[in-house]
Amino acid sequence: MTRALNIGDKILAGRLFLGTAQYPSPDILRQCIEAAQPGLITVSLRRENAAGKGQKFWGILKGFNIPVLPNTAGCFTAKEAVTTAEMAREIFETNWIKLEVIADDYALAPDPVGLLYATENLIKKGFKVFPYMTEDETLAHELIDMGCDILMPWGAPIGSGRGLNNTSALKLLREKFPDITLVVDAGIGAPSHATAAMEMGYDAVLLNTAVAKAGDPVKMAAAFAKSIEAGREAYLSGIIAAQETASASTPMIDRPFWHQDYNDVILSEAPKGAKSKDLK
Amino acid sequence: MIITINGQKKNINGAPDIGSILQAEGYAGKLVAVARNGEFVPRGEYANTNLNDGDQLEIVAPMQGG
Repeated sequence: MTRALNIGDKILAGRLFLGTAQYPSPDILRQCIEAAQPGLITVSLRRENAAGKGQKFWGILKGFNIPVLPNTAGCFTAKEAVTTAEMAREIFETNWIKLEVIADDYALAPDPVGLLYATENLIKKGFKVFPYMTEDETLAHELIDMGCDILMPWGAPIGSGRGLNNTSALKLLREKFPDITLVVDAGIGAPSHATAAMEMGYDAVLLNTAVAKAGDPVKMAAAFAKSIEAGREAYLSGIIAAQETASASTPMIDRPFWHQDYNDVILSEAPKGAKSKDLK
Repeated sequence: MIITINGQKKNINGAPDIGSILQAEGYAGKLVAVARNGEFVPRGEYANTNLNDGDQLEIVAPMQGG
């Protein structure tokens, strides 16, 4: 199947992982999930008020029966991220965690050092860690050595819509770690960015802002679903190698005006003014 | 004593456990998780975890996320 993706004991029905934040309304969020048919939806934890705003939100998502991936968004230290992950495991009843340890407010860049500390701790506590990381190969090695079998390198800063800033490093990760589930997480703006990641052999793409902030989020959700499926099918189908010169796609054999006597000389390549008799 | 709940200081009588605080603050029956002074407190330990002056509680629930 082109769409299905196995992670742990779950079979995800799609390779688009969709965030649930920033939609114009809960109803549009619901329609976007229907249009995108995501394999996973991401959620977070925030301070609850007495009115129970979080309870209403969770009520919408529960009905979809799509696996959820809680995040540790907004955590600036490994300690905060670990405690958030523990709270998420209890609330969402899953040991999956999208581990974000953020270095700074400006780029919301992953903090590689904090990420390693938190990953080591959480794996010991029985979590399945989905690390939000830079595209650094050494960091990938370290995370895999700690027990990660999924990596989520960023495409570009969160919410920037820039696409894949460093395609060579992303390709290198795919080549180096063929058995690891690789997901581009963050920075996607257009469906073509998602397709590009999938054509490289990435297993899934995680995005949020590109859909939630689109002019028509529901149509954009559908567009992303198609783009990710197209990229996956293209990858599985074997994309041709690029080359510098042209290669005729229409067969030359039996082309009209061809003549045995021409000995493969093509008229158009003949000197200017030459007549066919001159070429004999 | 004074404790901080989700960033707000509260004056509390006695030394209640976390379960009583959740009840008193309107969280009974809601899907929440709790951290006390930065450490996760599993649901099963609410009744055995008494609060001290100056404690900081975080009470969280599911929310939109990317």
